[in-house]
Amino acid sequence: MSAAALREPWTRLSRQREAATFGMWVFLTSELLFFSGMILIYAACRYLQPAGFLAAARETNVWFGTINTMVLLTSSFAMAVAAQAGDAKLRRLAIACLAATVALGLAFLTIKGFEYREDIHEHLLPGAGFAIATPGAQLFFSVYWVMTGVHAIHLSIGIALVGRLILETARRELPLSSPEIQATALYWHLVDVIWIILYPLLYLGGRS
Amino acid sequence: MTAAAYHDEYPSQANSYLRDGHSLWSWLASTDHKRIAILYAISITLFFFVGAVAIAIVRVELVNPNGQFISDDTYNKLFTLHGIVMVWFFLIPSIPNTFGNFLLPLMIGAPDVAFPRLNLFSWYLNIAGGLFTLYAVVAGGVDTGWTFYTPFSTMFSNSHVLAAAAGVFVAGFGSIATGVNFIVTVHMLRTRGMIWFRLPLFVWSLYATSLVLVLATPVLAVTLLLVIAERWFGFPIFDPTHGGDPLLFQHLFWFYSHPAVYIMILPAMGVVTEVITCFARRRVFGYTFMVYAMVAIAGIGFFVWGHHMFVSGQSPYASLIFSFLSFVVAVPSAIKVCNWTATLYRGQITFEAPMLYALGFIGLFTVGGLTGLFLASIPIDVQVHDTYFVVAHFHYIMVGGSVSAFFAALHFWWPKITGKLYDEAWARFAAILMFFGFNFTFFPQFLLGYLGNPRRYHVYPPEFQVYHVMSSTGASVLAAAYLLPPIYLIWSLLYGKRSGDNPWGATGLEWTTQSPPPTHNFLAPPSIETGPYEYHEKGEAPEAGLRLPHPAQSEPR
Repeated sequence: MSAAALREPWTRLSRQREAATFGMWVFLTSELLFFSGMILIYAACRYLQPAGFLAAARETNVWFGTINTMVLLTSSFAMAVAAQAGDAKLRRLAIACLAATVALGLAFLTIKGFEYREDIHEHLLPGAGFAIATPGAQLFFSVYWVMTGVHAIHLSIGIALVGRLILETARRELPLSSPEIQATALYWHLVDVIWIILYPLLYLGGRS
Repeated sequence: MTAAAYHDEYPSQANSYLRDGHSLWSWLASTDHKRIAILYAISITLFFFVGAVAIAIVRVELVNPNGQFISDDTYNKLFTLHGIVMVWFFLIPSIPNTFGNFLLPLMIGAPDVAFPRLNLFSWYLNIAGGLFTLYAVVAGGVDTGWTFYTPFSTMFSNSHVLAAAAGVFVAGFGSIATGVNFIVTVHMLRTRGMIWFRLPLFVWSLYATSLVLVLATPVLAVTLLLVIAERWFGFPIFDPTHGGDPLLFQHLFWFYSHPAVYIMILPAMGVVTEVITCFARRRVFGYTFMVYAMVAIAGIGFFVWGHHMFVSGQSPYASLIFSFLSFVVAVPSAIKVCNWTATLYRGQITFEAPMLYALGFIGLFTVGGLTGLFLASIPIDVQVHDTYFVVAHFHYIMVGGSVSAFFAALHFWWPKITGKLYDEAWARFAAILMFFGFNFTFFPQFLLGYLGNPRRYHVYPPEFQVYHVMSSTGASVLAAAYLLPPIYLIWSLLYGKRSGDNPWGATGLEWTTQSPPPTHNFLAPPSIETGPYEYHEKGEAPEAGLRLPHPAQSEPR
């Protein structure tokens, strides 16, 4: 079973697992800098336009945001259980939890889609006819759309990766001991952690 | 394990990687790091010639103070094309993705990099990015300069900024993939006995480069993404009329693009160390200092970006700190130059082509580095900012430094990569011609800049013409020198003598395997007991006449 998971150039599966998780951590460091760039822009723009940022942050839909935070945190829990179940060779539980992860991820995107529809309806897309007149409000919503958009792309990639894990595990092409499950779990948690930072930045400003 | 079992498990001979499949597909779908290195070599050579043709037209145009053939618009598009292609599709992938890819596993005794499929994927990302950029050229060009400065790039330019920025964005993920791959490979795949402080310095340089690739490239990606968002969707992030800050773009851009200079020069430093120790028959002077110097350059390099912005209106206190830190980063670079020189001291120096390039590197890098100190001091930078002085300075680092080292590496490892010997006389001639042509092209630009000719202008006052004519003449010599190696190297592929495994008598694991290496690099996993560069006993220089033999070269030198 473990022979199927072993890939060149590795001679031992334990070593390969270590490399896969280590490689994923290095990649996540890179991802962290990617989002840090955006958070820096948020900070700089907020410093330049504090009034506009507070006025605009009040207009985001805090209900959608909060529900989505809970959905994503739960998905991370399911992913963590799936990874542990994979280690413990509990095939059924692992597949069920991976499926729950994908379902919650899709739920997040659906809720986000409804939220986007509402935002566009309320003219919160920067450009002509933008709803808030305070200077700097358009900056906030530029950052809002880019940050949440990039996050949604990351989440979609995550859903595709977990979906692939489900298919391959169910068809028994991928053994439960494969390092891919651990590495994908790490990626999923990063997408979750990023959201935990985005949530207060985008939804809780200006609402005391 | 008994000796017999050992021989059963490991063959005594194996096909070279070149013979492992002959179809085009066997190359395009190969996960062998050596074949991917060749794929990169071919693609960056093509990009190099695209960038070179663009600048050749510019140099011809600048012979006349008022221009003669092309419009102002075309002129802007040509130097932009040159910059974008040379930086992202030649220099950044040049040494790491060709020689790094080929040699890193060989040097640490591994059968391949940690993630072979990711390695192939990174090449496809690089090609996809390159195609986007070439599309931008074919569709009508980009005129922003390689720096994509806002608000021009986001609000005013009528050229194909989107496609070019998207191309660089995509290629950036190829860089990140390579960086991740190299870091994990060095950590996890070193062979028995290959402890960290026995790594060849080229491996250390790739490791330091990978750290920069992984940490800096994502910031460029997000910056370009915001430029794309502003141009495409009209998000006014850098638009001052909506309260945005165009200067913010410069901070983020240079946060990547200054470390990117070290992505280009660190692997070059690694190559030069390998070449100089071999042709001086000397242990490297101060191995540990060389390691820490490279790591220090990679680290401090992240904190000097503001020296590109002394005249952009940033706070004078920020300028002060960035100026100081820019002087600080010169210290490890100076340590490296001093150590190379000390390595030569009492060496048995011979002047084969790779050595000529490496010695040229030391001189040109020193000139480029010292003029960098001019630019790091604020009063001088205010005078020469955005003049040809800056152009000359960074070409001394990037062409005089990186490209010289690229050619040094190409000649030094050519026998290992192909199994053939190139023609030494032609190679030496090309090396000397390149050094001469390079100085002829770029030294006049120092004078031009100091006298006040701004860069990126199509027309200039007639009193500068003599320097521009010198520079353009030099450029044609340089072009001739660049055309020579492809000719005699291809000739050597067809008619060259077999090189044997170790024609230079060099140390290093890559020379212990076949030339060209077998698909899995080593017939049996190697193990080592000593550090690199064991050219003589520790503590004493080699005596004259007691040099290690060069097995494949019978004629006396």
